[in-house]
Amino acid sequence: MAVTRLIARSAGLLLLGPLVAVAAVLPEERADVMYHGYSGGGVTIDGPSVLVRKNLGNSLSLSANYYVDMISGASIDVEATASEYSEQRDEFSLGADYLVDKTSISIGYTNSSENDYEAQTLAFGISQGFFGDLSTIGLRVSYGSDDVFRNGDDNFAAEAQHRRYSLSWNQILTQKLIAELSVETVADEGFLNNPYRSVRYLDAASGTGFSYQAEFYPTTRNSDAISVRAKYRLPYRAAIKAEYRRYADSWGIAADNMEFRYTHPLKEQDEWILEGKIRYYQQNNADFYSDLFPYLNATSFRARDKELSNYTTLALGIGVSYELPQRWSLLNRRNTINLYWDHILFDYEDFLDVTVHGGSTSINPGAEPAYSFSANVIRLFWSMRL
Amino acid sequence: MRALMLVCTLVLTTGCTITPWVAPYERQYLADPIMGFEQDPVAARYMNHVYEAREAARGAEGGSGGGCGCN
Repeated sequence: MAVTRLIARSAGLLLLGPLVAVAAVLPEERADVMYHGYSGGGVTIDGPSVLVRKNLGNSLSLSANYYVDMISGASIDVEATASEYSEQRDEFSLGADYLVDKTSISIGYTNSSENDYEAQTLAFGISQGFFGDLSTIGLRVSYGSDDVFRNGDDNFAAEAQHRRYSLSWNQILTQKLIAELSVETVADEGFLNNPYRSVRYLDAASGTGFSYQAEFYPTTRNSDAISVRAKYRLPYRAAIKAEYRRYADSWGIAADNMEFRYTHPLKEQDEWILEGKIRYYQQNNADFYSDLFPYLNATSFRARDKELSNYTTLALGIGVSYELPQRWSLLNRRNTINLYWDHILFDYEDFLDVTVHGGSTSINPGAEPAYSFSANVIRLFWSMRL
Repeated sequence: MRALMLVCTLVLTTGCTITPWVAPYERQYLADPIMGFEQDPVAARYMNHVYEAREAARGAEGGSGGGCGCN
């Protein structure tokens, strides 16, 4: 179901994650096998992710990633207008990084597939270390092309394209402080809404006082984001990270998020590394978003996607990494077992809980309580440095 | 802006150069794995993924770099 289209759309990003790494060295050779799970708001999404990165010679690094999302349940907007469903999204990524002196060149390809959504992304990046390797500047571009379908409607087919341009500047500031500035522009074009989702409008003829009609979004969306992050090594062996991002787009959404993270190894040998974090996010609604439109076809564009509403999220996370003793390590390499748990609170201001009408309540449309929910996110993975 | 132009002009006309102020042998703290913005790409990508699917904001996630630029 295209409810996961946003996930598919981000596929290009996943591929080029290492691009902004410090330029003068190839990314670390490693293999990771992860189980990931998201559970909240009536939906469970989980599955495996396998990532392998290996060098060929001294200047070429190849990577491959297989990622699966298995989705089941019914989120609140599905619950209101449809029934539970389950589906699977498979994603394959291949990447190559080529190092020439202090320049790193990267290319990548990602394919994401589900029963009603196909996405392909090509990406290219270049990064350059300079100023005695105190500075690294990275540029990357990606192009994604999606085919959108609707289950149960053989006559429906649509397309969307996504172009992303980003620039990052990584800077060593002192012996204990490193910072990074990133900017990214994204341009989307085509069918950008969810073919299943509906908006609601006041309808006196309906028993509940409202009815539903299909969403209708603009066919273009341009966004800009700028972020700054820094990491500082404390006087004892531990590190803190701070990050801030500002976002704005042509749909009228502006958002900010801030994160603090604390990393604390328990022993010099890194046997145990503990981590804690807090992240806060807030956004305002899109210009054409409304929880309840006054009548049918009230506006040219219309959305009731809660991700386009006015809301905040607060995430708290803890994690632990344990390095296996030599006698248990596979292939005589450095092996770690890692477990991270994040608890995220979603608090919507103008997305109301219409499920209250399922009971015997006599609440008027628009007077329902605001929706909120919490989600748990698990990352359990085994890593081996090759 | 004027001050910036003045500094640039001085640098260009006097031949002054700014030298890297953290030498490679002074980067032992930055070389520590805990100083990477993200230690585990597979886990960091997944969290960006979670956020991007549930929040309208996207882009400028960065965060894969860090460390000292030395192996």
